[in-house]
Amino acid sequence: MSQSILIDGIEVPFKSNQTIMDAALAANIYIPHLCHNPCIKPHGSCKLCTVEVNGHTTSSCTTKAEDGQKVINNSEKLNKARLTITQMLFIEGNHLCPTCEKTGNCTLQAVAYHLGMLDGHFPQFYPKREVDASHPSIMLDRDRCILCELCVRASREFDKKDVFAIAGRGDNAHLIVNSPSGKLRDSDIEQNDLAAHICPVGAILIKERGYEIPIGCRTFDLRSVTEIDLGDVKLSEKSSHHE
Amino acid sequence: MSKLRVATTSLAGCFGCHMSFLDIDERIIELLDHVEFNRSPLTDIKHCDPCDIGLIEGGLCNIDNVHVLKEFRASCKILIAVGACAINGGVPAMRNHHPLSECLAESYLNGIGVENPQIPDDVEVPLLLNKVHPVHEVVKIDYYLPGCPPPADAFMKVLGDLIEGREPLLPRTMLRYD
Repeated sequence: MSQSILIDGIEVPFKSNQTIMDAALAANIYIPHLCHNPCIKPHGSCKLCTVEVNGHTTSSCTTKAEDGQKVINNSEKLNKARLTITQMLFIEGNHLCPTCEKTGNCTLQAVAYHLGMLDGHFPQFYPKREVDASHPSIMLDRDRCILCELCVRASREFDKKDVFAIAGRGDNAHLIVNSPSGKLRDSDIEQNDLAAHICPVGAILIKERGYEIPIGCRTFDLRSVTEIDLGDVKLSEKSSHHE
Repeated sequence: MSKLRVATTSLAGCFGCHMSFLDIDERIIELLDHVEFNRSPLTDIKHCDPCDIGLIEGGLCNIDNVHVLKEFRASCKILIAVGACAINGGVPAMRNHHPLSECLAESYLNGIGVENPQIPDDVEVPLLLNKVHPVHEVVKIDYYLPGCPPPADAFMKVLGDLIEGREPLLPRTMLRYD
């Protein structure tokens, strides 16, 4: 028997063990997210994918779809909360887009564009964070880290290496490297590892590849995060509720 | 209809936002049918008369920036933070990770090629703030125009909306942070 949920009034089928996020992505419905990647186990930490399920708010990437669920996704209230979360992510780090090699390819920036973010709203933290340029081919700039743990999970689950972890709490939470010196050069990470490429922001970058594509011609300069996230399939069939 | 009076300034910025504004090219002639410029680097008028719109480029890095910003807030009905530096401090705020004394020493005492090393202390030179701040941390800002710099079309869109009495609304294609 086929099972389905309602997302913003649209009937969306799902298979056993799929989350609301899985079902939405399969149905070409965009739910804003940063810490979710379909290749990696969900984490539920960024909270951008918060939806209302039968009147309760929950992370759609970690909530299993259940037959008959009524999910609210694209509402003014939820998008306002998502905007506030995004503004906090910006002001808590050092996100100076004009100086960042990731600009135009950055999912945080693209989500902020999607949500119409014009300013950071809150006072800037300007935290002092350590840059690790020790590795010959991989750069770690914690200024831009949003603690999504995609690199942590990719290294553990996909690369089978456990190179990264998060240490500290609250303001002191930061990305650490599993090596005797704490430096990337002494870790097991290699340039072809998924962990070296999965960062949604400009915290982990491959060296010596700066500005290969000019600013203005990059991924999110040309297409919205909804288009990129949902892929090229059925783009022409997408209806207005995705925007 | 009387013209809207517009003032502009560049605080801790690079004048890039003003240059981008001037990229409206010949459209400035059409714009001047609807606005007149008051205090601005474009007119060299030194103080604000009561204005309808103030455009603030740059963040706050010294006490003169704070003084000018407060004059703009007191004189302008609508204040718009223009560009990355006004909105989040931008490139000048990269000094916030270092003590001010170290920044001054690097520039004026120990820098490569410095002759007769001394930290400037002329009374004409505004005192630096300990940290660089975005403008909304000091005065109320009514609208934000992001970009480094914002494209000329974005200036036209925001001013055009205000001239026609609408809330400024940037289309997605003009919303950029770089």
